[in-house]
Parts: sequence; C-alpha cells; structure tokens
Amino acid sequence: MQLTVWTYEGPPHVGAMRIATAMKDVHYVLHAPQGDTYADLLFTMVERRDKRPPVTFTTFQARDLGKDTAALFQTAVQDAVDRFAPKALLVGASCTAELIQDDPAGLAAALRLPIPVIALELPSYQRKEHWGAAETFYQLVRTLAAPHPGGEGVASPAQGDMAKRPSANILGPTALGFRHRDDVVEITRLLGTLGIDVNVVAPLGARPDDLARLSAADFNICLYPEIADTACRWLERTFGQPTVRTVPIGHGATRDFIAEVAALARVDPAAALDTSRLPWWSRSVDSTYLTGKRVFIFGDATHAIAAARVARDEFGFEVVGLGCYNREFARDLRVAAQRYGLDPLITDDYLAVEQAIAALQPELVLGTQMERHIAKRLRIPCAVISAPVHVQDFPARYSPQMGFEGANVLFDTWVHPLVMGLEEHLLTMFRDDFEFSDSAGASHLGHGAAPLPQAGAAGGAPAPSAEADGDAASPPPTPPASGRGGWSAEAERELLKIPFFVRGKARRNTERYAAEQGIAAITLDTLYDAKAHYAR
Amino acid sequence: MNALAPCVAPDGTAAAPIAGTTILRERGQREVFCGLTGIIWLHRKIQDAFFLVVGSRTCAHLLQSAAGVMVFAEPRFATAIIEERDLAGMADCNDELDRVVDRLLLRRPDIKLLFLVGSCPSEVIKLDLARAAQRLSVEHVGRTRVLHYSGSGIETTFTEGEDACLAALAPELAATAPDAALELMIVGALPDVVEDQFLRLFAQMGIATVRSFPARRAGTMPPVGPNTRFLLAQPFLGETARALADRGAVRLDALFPFGAEGTSDWLHAAARAFGIDEMHFRSVIAPGRERAQRAIAHAREQLAGKSIFFLPDSQLELPLARFLARELGMTPLEVGTPYLHRAHMAAELALLPAATVISEGQDVDRQLDRVRAARPDLTVCGLGLANPLEAEGLTTKWAIELVFSPIHGFDQAGDLADLFARPLRRRDVLKV
Repeated sequence: MQLTVWTYEGPPHVGAMRIATAMKDVHYVLHAPQGDTYADLLFTMVERRDKRPPVTFTTFQARDLGKDTAALFQTAVQDAVDRFAPKALLVGASCTAELIQDDPAGLAAALRLPIPVIALELPSYQRKEHWGAAETFYQLVRTLAAPHPGGEGVASPAQGDMAKRPSANILGPTALGFRHRDDVVEITRLLGTLGIDVNVVAPLGARPDDLARLSAADFNICLYPEIADTACRWLERTFGQPTVRTVPIGHGATRDFIAEVAALARVDPAAALDTSRLPWWSRSVDSTYLTGKRVFIFGDATHAIAAARVARDEFGFEVVGLGCYNREFARDLRVAAQRYGLDPLITDDYLAVEQAIAALQPELVLGTQMERHIAKRLRIPCAVISAPVHVQDFPARYSPQMGFEGANVLFDTWVHPLVMGLEEHLLTMFRDDFEFSDSAGASHLGHGAAPLPQAGAAGGAPAPSAEADGDAASPPPTPPASGRGGWSAEAERELLKIPFFVRGKARRNTERYAAEQGIAAITLDTLYDAKAHYAR
Repeated sequence: MNALAPCVAPDGTAAAPIAGTTILRERGQREVFCGLTGIIWLHRKIQDAFFLVVGSRTCAHLLQSAAGVMVFAEPRFATAIIEERDLAGMADCNDELDRVVDRLLLRRPDIKLLFLVGSCPSEVIKLDLARAAQRLSVEHVGRTRVLHYSGSGIETTFTEGEDACLAALAPELAATAPDAALELMIVGALPDVVEDQFLRLFAQMGIATVRSFPARRAGTMPPVGPNTRFLLAQPFLGETARALADRGAVRLDALFPFGAEGTSDWLHAAARAFGIDEMHFRSVIAPGRERAQRAIAHAREQLAGKSIFFLPDSQLELPLARFLARELGMTPLEVGTPYLHRAHMAAELALLPAATVISEGQDVDRQLDRVRAARPDLTVCGLGLANPLEAEGLTTKWAIELVFSPIHGFDQAGDLADLFARPLRRRDVLKV
C-alpha cells in the first residue's frame, strides 16, 4: 500500500477516457461502480468541454454484485451503441470491476456488434493515467489502421509523383493535455510552411476512419511520447513509417525538429527557420539578470527534459534539480539529468518533491500545478510547464508550448514570475529605502505580490501562507530552524540586507562554506568570506 | 447502507402517491459522486480527525478532483492505495495498513480520531476494516481512536458518506446520565457560522443544553441517551438517525431548515419538545424569520414562475424544491433524489406541488431526455453535466455548491435563493 495525498496521475481508465474524449465517433463503456463518474467533470469543468465525455459507466452497486453485473454490462453496451451510434467501441473495467472479473471483452464480443470493439486491459493496481492513454491509443491504432492501398509505407515524394506533397501524422494530442490544443495548431502551421501536409492528427479530433488511413502518411510525428510512443513504434514496425522523435519545445528543439522533419520529407528547412523572438529577447541586456538563476524542474518526462534544455541553453539558467513523475520515461530523464550533472528525481510522491525544492532553495520552479502550490508555500516564483492540468492551463488565448510561438510563450511565462531585470537593479540600489522595501515584492505581480515574511530572527523560515488554499494548521515540512548553522545575530541582520531573491542563495552558500571550512559560528566575516569564495 | 436496500421504503410499503405526486424509479447510469466525497467537508468540520481511505488510485484522484482546488498544505485526509502486491497476496493487507497508519500517526501526532474509510475495492476484496480499526485502536490507545465506515460507491451515494461516518460515531458516543434532563442534539455537519446561529436561537428560546453532532473536536463529541431529542439538520442522515435511536435518542420530526418556513418549522419542533412557550418561541424567531423573508424578496422577482428540474445528487433536492416552490414561487417539474427516505421526507413531500414528478435513482441518459423535452428555466445538476447542458442552451446550477455553501437557517435563506437566481441573472446580463 502506498500512502498518497495528491496524485500526479489518475488511474489508467482516466487515460483511456482522455483518448475516447479526444476522438469523434468513439464510445467507451466502462464497467465501474457508482462514483467513478466523477471523471466526467475533469473534461467538462477543467477543460470546459461543451459535451459529456463519450463514456457510459455501468455504475453497479452492492446490490448488483450478488446478482448479475455481467448482464448489467451487456445492457449498458447495447444501450450505448443504440443511443450514441459510435463507429468504434472501447470496453473495459475500472479498478473495482477489474476485481469482480466480469470479462468485458468476452461479454461485448457475445453481443456481435456491427462495429469494431476494442477491449482494453488496463491493470489499475499497477499502471497509471499516461500508460492507460498510451495503451488505449495503441489498441485503437492497432485495430483500426489499415495498410495503405498504395503499397509500401514510406513514400518517396522526390522520386515518384512530383505533384504529391509529403505528409505526416501528428500523434499524441489528447483531451486534458497540457496545451495540446494550441501545440497542434502551431505544429500544423510549421509543417505547412515546410510544404508538408498533415495526413491525420490523432487522437485529438480524429475519427475511427482517420485511424484507418494512418498508413497513408510518409512519417509520424510523436508529439507527446507519453501518449503516442507505443503506437508510433507499432506503426514503424507495421508500415515502415519513420518517427520524428524530437519534441519541438524551445527555440533550439524546434530548429532540430525542423531539421529532422525536413530530412525525412526531403524538403528545404530554410523556409521555416528563425521565426521565434526568444533568441533576441534572451540576448537583449534586460535579460542579463536571468544569468545563473537556479531553477528546479519537475513534470512529465517529456516536458521536464525539454524545459531543462531551454532553461540552460536559451535562458542562461542553472538547472539545479530535474525530475519526473512518470516512471515509464525514467530512463530518458536519467540520461538528461546526467547532462546537467544532477541526480534525477523520479517519484510520484509530491512530499518528496517538496522536500527537494525546500532543500535546494531554487530561484524559480518550473513544474506542474502541484509544484505551483509547493512553490507558493515556499515563496518561490513558479511557472507551470506540464500536466496534471488545472482550469488555468486552458487559457482562452492561443498559448502553445511548441514551435516558435511556443518558444515566445515560454519566454514570457517563465520570466513573468521573476522580478524584472531593471527592477532588480533598482531594488539593489534602493534596498535600504523604505519605499523600495523588498517585502513589497515585485510590482508587476499584482495580487501575487503578497508581503514577504519578515524573516527577522526566525532565520528566513517561510511563513505558512495566509492564503485560502493553505491549511495553516500544518507547518511546511522542513522549515529552516531558527539559528540553524549557528548564524550570529549580526550576520543574520546583514543577510537581511541582501535582496530577497538572492538571499536564499547567499544563505545556502554561506552555510556550505562554513560547513566545508569547519566553522561553527557564522559571523559577518564568514558571510563575506563565503561571498568571495563563491564569486565567479 | 441505504444503497443496499432495494427501491422500496424502509417499512416495505409500496409506492403510494403523496399529495398527488408520482414516484419514478430508475436504474441505469448514475451520474453521482460516491460517499468518499463527504470527506471534503467532514475533515474540515472535525478538526482533529483524519480520514484514511483504503482504496485505489481512483479514490485518491476522485478526492483531489472533487475538492476542485487542491486544498494544499496537508489536508487531513489521504488514500492508502492498494497495489498489485497487496492483491496478489505478496503483502498482507493488514500488515500494510498497520504500517501506513503508523507512519501517518508518527507524522501527525495531533490526530485524535482516525477514520479508516472503506472504498469499492476494499469492499470487494472484503478487507475487514472493522477488525483493523479495533486492532489499531488498541495499538494507539490513549492517543488516537480508530473507527471505520464505508464511503464506497457500491454502498453510498455522495452525502451518504457523511451518514455512514456519523452512524459509525454514534455507538461510540458517551451515554448521558440516566436521570439527566432533556437535551437537544443538532445532527449533521453544518458550517460553524450556521451552527452558532442555531445555538444562539435555541439559547434565546431557553433550551438549556444543545449539542452538535459531529462536534468540532473528537474529544467533545456529545453524549447520547434516552433524554436526547435530536433534529436532523441534513436530509441524508437515515442511518445516523437509526443509530442514535438505538441509543435511545428520539428524532423530532420537522421540515428541514431551509428558508423561512423550513427553519421556523425545524426550530418549532424543538420548541414543542422542550415545552417552550408558544408566544416566546414566536418572539425569538420573529426577527430572523422576517430577515429571511426580506432577504429572498429580491431573488423572488427573478425566480417566481420559473420552472426547475433537479437531477439527483445530495438528497437535499426535496427540501430545496419545497423551499423554491413555496417561498420563491418556482415550479418544480421533476425532483430527482438518489434515495428517498419516506419517513424523514414525509413532511417535505406533503408540501410539494401535486404535479411535481419525484424520481428516485437515475438513468442519466433518459433523465437528460426528459430535461431536454421539458426545457426547464433552471436545471440543478452535477459538474459533469452542467457545461454540456449550458452548451445546449439550458441554464444550470451546480448541485455541489448547495452542499459546500452555508445554506441553512434564516440568515442564509437569501444566499440560498441567490444561488438559484444568479445563473438566471447571469444569463440575462451577458450579451455574448
């Protein structure tokens, strides 16, 4: 048994719902007890979808268990097919139905329905949401994708019909995905500038018929490996379609993506290059202050790995922590962490993530909504880069993460929570002026700029948030104890004169220096000795 | 549990039309929460209690999703997620549970009352949480009391989780002294502000001892005995009422305290039971009653003559429909309830307009067909249905807000009416 308060991922059948809901003309009959219907609200409320997810829950109750839950399941399947007239049907069991072993696959087969029926085996006690989504998409593709009538999979546009433009499938976007809606638009546009057609986008917006003609494309773009990797591998094996695996998040990755795509499609990449503002925005002098900002990154593996590259190479940040919650992609994350000389943090326990953030005292957190809450409590700026999603992650405006426009969005959203460059200089210059008191926070952050806690003798311990979403009854797990590391009162006072956004770093460096030098009591001199020691 | 009983009244009587109403019973897909959801408000009410769901990842995901926003920091609830190795017999579920509870109580030594909450998976694998609770109570004696109840979807619907929780607490309550004077107990978790308003009114009436169940702290749960007279503050507490009756307590029959009429009747039931002078009673409630009537007048302009359709959600539907029909002039078309407790609802049913269709249980697709055919001015439904119905041009009210907001009593009547008026007002002001 695993003790869990908040989870990064739902159960695997929620992943299956994300696929069914993303598609058209697909219905999912889920053998599940009353109550599992809560998952509908994720789609209708968080994503503001205007239709119910195409999911029928059998909603059996205790009184049904003694009788015939199998008959209940069959009735639900027949009713759903009659009412919704889907072109393909998914059937499966949620965690409780898995235990009663009613065999949805056999029961559905016995009904001899006139449409393809895909039975899902999603082991709820081993697997999670992303895996369930990937498996569902794979099973759909496997069942529905037909060989291309034209013959072999890889077309050769340069050799054959000169009029035929190369085409690609964009695979992976789902319902409840982090900015999938806008990423698809951006990547479609980018392919368009390269002269490449999009054959099918799936699962988002696809119909079963569309999956049937996947093999008509020259290659597949695995946009979200968490969802599409299994299906892409199968398409590679079965139809010989190559897969583009570069995930175009950030300016550099987008250029790499274009190069990979252009090579496969045999088109000139020049048409699509250099359209993001990120490089100049980052090189312009206002951004100097971003240099070496210590950033902690956590999310799904794909977004976390991509964010780390952007953070170091395109913002000039120092990546001090990197992790993901989905173990299926742990290997990729470990490889990435090695590039930054970091120990990877692979966990789905948000308390472990919170501990890591508290210990590292980064200046910026790039994470999920969970990390946003953690960062808020620890009073560290934070930007959200990955699912699990929240209603805020579905902005009304166009806001992709991918492609060149995505790079622009990253620049704005990651820089926004920080104190701006010019403002940082002013704060340094006027830090003793009462009107520029650093407790006022950054002026452009509006209501987010709640007064910072007066550290005083408390040693800079983050005070419990006074905001409504903090449960004031429970203290943060690792508050730096008062007088920790033997700070003298004089040194503590001096520390307070250092602007708040570098204070954590100064404290940490000084303590590390003191520990290395075997100094028990941190005095004013220790503080400045440490400053000199770490000066670069 | 209620859900175990088939759709007949507890006394076994067949459906008898009450004041011309017909009861429609349906079986099919139910678009409702399970009883675990009650933890969201119960953990805030009992401030030193912790709710440990023994269940699956789905249970944890439900709690997090139903809470809407993550009530961050550490909430006083968590899920012990059953894993493959527990099911395969590689780990003993009871040992695992002990380990999880030990770790939890080590982290949170402030917890005085721990509920092991059963879920669908724990019920299906027949994990004996009663025995586990006993064993853990002995182990942690003197520090933490451990009780159990089931909030599983196969046994409980939404608010029935609170019923199951309180019914589990009832046998644990201390006994009142044999010769003690009559005491009043308010049963059902209410927001503190509402509870305090009721306590003030009862004090003004002159009822000496009034206690709330559940109390705000585990150590101050009220005693119970034959001298206890209790008022249900919530309409979904059938099992709790039965458990209290087992302890000798007597339920005072009344309308539920929504709106001026319901609140007056509810208070009146106590006044009668405690022999409060009628004139004195009236003078005590007069200011509140008058305030309530004044507070709903504005919403009445908006709501009078409008039709309303309730999908089943919390068992609050019948009393709320009665309030809307009688005090705000609305026309209830269909009032759905997940479960109809005939005895507790008799007074409410008698006051509903005769043409109202009462439905018990649900087949959500068929019910939505009826909604579309009736095109009510306002549809009260769960979060999974609200936006899709809005997209079809139907104005909706989220049912869950009726459970999470203070709506009881005189001084919340205006807020309650406004919860229904606001979606209509919004529909009228928007020009997009």
